[in-house]
Amino acid sequence: MTDWRGVAAEQKDDLPTSVTDLLRTRSRDLLTDLLTPHRRNIVALVAIIVASSAAGLSIPYLVKVGIDYGIPHGTGTLLVIVGAVLVAALIQAYTRRAFLALSGRVGQDILLELRRRVFRHFQRLSLAFHEKYTSGRVISRLTSDVEAIGELLESGFDGLVTAVLTLVGTAFMLLVLDVHLGLAALVPIPFLLLFTRWFRRQSSIAYRRTRETVALLIVHFVESMTGIRAAQTFRREPRNQEIFETLNGDYGGANMRTMHVISIFMPGVKLIGNVTVAAVLLYGGWLAIQHEVTVGVLAAFLLYLRQFYEPMQEISQFYNTLQSAGAALEKLSGVLEERPEVAEPDEPQAVAGRGQVRFDGVEFGYTDLQVIERLDLTISAGQTVAVVGATGAGKTTLAKLISRFYDPVVGRVLLDGVDLRDLDEPTLRGAVVMVTQENFLFSGTIADNIRIGRPGAPLTDVMAAAAAVGAHDFIMSLPGGYDAEVGKRGGRMSAGQRQLVAFARAFLADPAVLILDEATSSLDVPSERLVQRALRTVLAGRTAMIIAHRLSTVEIADRVLVVEGGRIVEDGPPHDLISEGGRYAGLHDAWQASLA
Amino acid sequence: MPPDNSRSSSSRSLWRLRHYLRPHLASLVFTWLAAVAGIAATIVIPLVSKEIIDGPIARSDLGALVPLGLLALGLGVAEALLTFIRRWGQTGVVIGVETAIRDDLYRHLQRLPMSFHDEWQSGQLLSRATTDLSTIRRFFGFGLLFLVMNVLQLTTVTGLLLHMYWPLGLLVAASAVPITIVTLRFERRFMKAARQVQDEQGDLATIVEESALGIRTIKAFGRGGHVFDRFDGKAGEVYRTSMKKVRLASRFFTFLEVIPNATLALVLLLGALAVGGGSLSLGTLVAFTTLMLQLVWPIASLGYIIAMGQEAMTSADRVLEVMDTPPAIVGGELVLDRPRGHLRFEGVGFEFPSRQVLSDVWLDVRPGETVAVVGATGSGKTTLTALVPRLADVSAGRVTIDGLDVRDLTLESLRQTVATAFEEPTLFSMSVRENITLGHHEATEAQVETALEIAQATFAYDLPWGLDTRIGEQGMSLSGGQRQRLALARAILGQPRILVLDDTLSALDVETEALVEEALRRVLADVTGIVVAHRASTVLLADRVALLAGGTVTHVGTHHELLAGVPEYRELLAAEEVSVD
Ligand SMILES: Nc1ncnc2c1ncn2[C@@H]1O[C@H](COP(=O)(O)OP(=O)(O)OP(=O)(O)O)[C@@H](O)[C@H]1O
Ligand SMILES: Nc1ncnc2c1ncn2[C@@H]1O[C@H](COP(=O)(O)OP(=O)(O)OP(=O)(O)O)[C@@H](O)[C@H]1O
Ligand SMILES: [Mg+2]
Repeated sequence: MTDWRGVAAEQKDDLPTSVTDLLRTRSRDLLTDLLTPHRRNIVALVAIIVASSAAGLSIPYLVKVGIDYGIPHGTGTLLVIVGAVLVAALIQAYTRRAFLALSGRVGQDILLELRRRVFRHFQRLSLAFHEKYTSGRVISRLTSDVEAIGELLESGFDGLVTAVLTLVGTAFMLLVLDVHLGLAALVPIPFLLLFTRWFRRQSSIAYRRTRETVALLIVHFVESMTGIRAAQTFRREPRNQEIFETLNGDYGGANMRTMHVISIFMPGVKLIGNVTVAAVLLYGGWLAIQHEVTVGVLAAFLLYLRQFYEPMQEISQFYNTLQSAGAALEKLSGVLEERPEVAEPDEPQAVAGRGQVRFDGVEFGYTDLQVIERLDLTISAGQTVAVVGATGAGKTTLAKLISRFYDPVVGRVLLDGVDLRDLDEPTLRGAVVMVTQENFLFSGTIADNIRIGRPGAPLTDVMAAAAAVGAHDFIMSLPGGYDAEVGKRGGRMSAGQRQLVAFARAFLADPAVLILDEATSSLDVPSERLVQRALRTVLAGRTAMIIAHRLSTVEIADRVLVVEGGRIVEDGPPHDLISEGGRYAGLHDAWQASLA
Repeated sequence: MPPDNSRSSSSRSLWRLRHYLRPHLASLVFTWLAAVAGIAATIVIPLVSKEIIDGPIARSDLGALVPLGLLALGLGVAEALLTFIRRWGQTGVVIGVETAIRDDLYRHLQRLPMSFHDEWQSGQLLSRATTDLSTIRRFFGFGLLFLVMNVLQLTTVTGLLLHMYWPLGLLVAASAVPITIVTLRFERRFMKAARQVQDEQGDLATIVEESALGIRTIKAFGRGGHVFDRFDGKAGEVYRTSMKKVRLASRFFTFLEVIPNATLALVLLLGALAVGGGSLSLGTLVAFTTLMLQLVWPIASLGYIIAMGQEAMTSADRVLEVMDTPPAIVGGELVLDRPRGHLRFEGVGFEFPSRQVLSDVWLDVRPGETVAVVGATGSGKTTLTALVPRLADVSAGRVTIDGLDVRDLTLESLRQTVATAFEEPTLFSMSVRENITLGHHEATEAQVETALEIAQATFAYDLPWGLDTRIGEQGMSLSGGQRQRLALARAILGQPRILVLDDTLSALDVETEALVEEALRRVLADVTGIVVAHRASTVLLADRVALLAGGTVTHVGTHHELLAGVPEYRELLAAEEVSVD
């Protein structure tokens, strides 16, 4: 049941739980970092709530005064006191509202900042990270984790501050009323602290588990919804359901555990409180019989004790949201701590060339597989290079290295003599653009999608790019034309149409180095021919790398590289290679035969 | 893309979920009893204290102190125990309900057709399955109980007040009027804002999902900033709507605290006057105000609870919106016992909401025969193939297998008979084996091996953990050709009677393609095949070719017949030869 996910080299799932302290400092740092810009507001919040509580607490007192003094002293005094009650109520109302509005704003500000920060960081992290992390986990970080923190911010401050104020105030009153009895009433505090420590341990384990299980649940949910077509066709539904129910059960179990921990803790606190009340009754009663305390003091004690343990409940409720948010913070701070493997340079350099690409002793492999073995290669500016070879030979990998999706393990990749690692993102992406094998359309209009190539491009440019690749006609035939929605992941387009849109994007981007990775594989022959014709003009004066299995595309190249097992085994102009009779000649023959 | 929805049947939505409580009825009753008993204990404990003060202490009777003290102790322990029982019992109920709804939601989603999934972003679905269900859980687990208890406490205390001194009691009862009016108004506006936030959060999740799935494209064009702006725009919307909610709530919550306090002042004034006039005793006024003070908190907390309830209702609404979507494609009754695989399209038409794609398609594929479908990009080939396993249903005509309309077959039987290799290999971040077997969990090792061999995908055995290796999401840790071959192996594995290959060899190099075709030829010899092709080499796998143009099949014949007789076909397939020569 648990083996469906298979084995992966480096399970980037989650961090080991043994390093709790590290986690705690890390998330505390993040929290501090988030709260610091709001410290003024937080101080203001505390002031407001003190005022509000004071006003709130004064009302019962004023009522008492009203009854004790107001009634005997006649209407005038009474009116003053009633007026005071009203003023107190108004003050309370005003401060309360200010508090709720301000704390709400601080909370939302922090949430927005957190969302932005995490999202931006995800975008900055390299592909190698995303390949292991999966989109579902990205989503779970940015939704359910952020929401857990939102909950803390929403109800947290309020409950905590009020509760702490009452708690401290009450303890003070107890001691003032009678030191002996007061101390006796406070005896259980060490137990309370111990108990709270137990609770903190347990619940942080439990909450961490909910974060992990919910992430798995989300990953499965998102993936199976994304791939629902395959699931339905291949009758995967029962198995998906089975997996989902297991994960859902795990998540439910984890949630259950957190709630069980609370359902022990809360009554536990209550128990300590009630036992204390009984003890105070007995001890206080005995003292009262001995006339060491007055009955009034005893009565007040009992009232205050109740007031003392009530906010404890609230504090533990707060603690609970805190733990949940804490677990979420751990996950988020973990993400924020990931350093992009493909990092931005400290001192970016400029390039001033026309797009010469050079591999200098490059070796590269994915975590568990060596793909490129010691490669030296120069593609001069303006050259169109075709890369051919069996599937899995490493063609795409070469292209990804030029696009700096990954950095070579050994050696350097240079653009116009500058190491790609010394170029900042805008410079690099302005110079090198790759049309990937899997073209991705974002939900939005066709024009929006083409504009990914150059945001803000006028519609005429968008149309020109589409026309250049032969996509204009089909786009105009759609209801809405360029404003037609492509649907979720381009689902309203056919595979070939998606490819054309992706292609138009690259044309619009107009880079010095253009990489096309099987960019025409899903097109029919006439469309492909149109694209090739367009390529001839577009590629003039541009460096290009074209990866293709259909050698018709290769015909327009100045130079062909044959890749085999991560090595370049042949290199030369296509016609020379054909006449030499090597690997390429063989491929070319096979291709020609396949056309018959 | 959730349809915007302004139904006001929300409370009914939540009520409709009640049947999920049924299996837990016993423990529900038990926990509520515990709750009531707990409250009773809470009320009795102060009475015992009073008893002690009035009795043993007043009479200096040490002997009587101990049993009463022990009673207080016992009650205290009982109260804690009852609280424990309530909480613990409730946990099982609410988690059980949440888990069951989520399982059902997922089951339902899996039954909904592609047309639904094409429209609904997974972000929206996800926010329903997670956030909304937790909101409902929290309301059932916490809000509901407190709502009932608060209302209970409010009515009893008000009743008590009326009983004590009815004119003032009436005043207190009258203060319920503004509270009710404002609550109703607040409810409507808060509900709208809550719904908006929830929808916007779903949209936000969608943007996150797209930005994670499309990360390659984003990086390739260096458009991180662009995508961030999109996200930021939506996050800003969420922020603004949440602030609207915060402001609404802050006004409402405050109002709920002011009213009881203002009433208190009035009561004090009028009460004092009444005491002065002699119609009310001082003791009663004291008791009256003390009791009234007890009302402040339940009323104030009502705000939170109502807000919580509102959110639970909109959540229930959002969940039911999906649950109420009828699965448009449900199976029939018939089971194909030993299918021969005679596939016919009889006057088939198909339209998407906005456009007609196919019309009057006639095509007869005899058992064991393979037909290639050729047509320009976007001509409707994929759409045509999707009609066979009923990923979509025809809008005119019918598709039959062995003379039976596919709509009369059980989905199980139909989809066992037909297997499709899609143009885009849909792979999951699971082990290779699980990806290949998908629905055929019972497939043997030998069957898997055969399928992999036919698809020339034995590279899978050389992965670090062989077939147990987890391939990245969407197979991203494989090369394009490797992904396509795994998808092909998956289609072959079930040994279907009808095999649909939708341009499945496009990412293969010529040599590998030749090997795959060689092996496929053997497979296709026995089964009925539909092969969507852009290349002559693939077309040659088929016995006959159907040309799809203008939304219908215009010509059917062998490759050579069409090549010789149909200029359109020549244009589509033979052009490469011309350009090479
Ligand atoms: N992200 C990755 N993680 C691990 N291995 C990978 C990853 N991407 C590719 N590989 C492996 O590296 C090898 C080369 O892959 P690459 O994508 O470069 O092949 P290719 O020549 O482009 O093939 P195709 O023609 O099928 O696209 C393959 O064996 C593939 O399985
Ligand atoms: N969900 C949808 N809603 C609206 N129109 C759609 C939808 N899916 C596809 N279409 C349109 O229907 C037409 C046929 O699409 P289909 O995917 O069947 O083409 P195809 O022949 O398979 O093309 P290709 O060779 O590019 O794969 C296209 O013009 C496409 O834009
Ligand atoms: Mg198609």
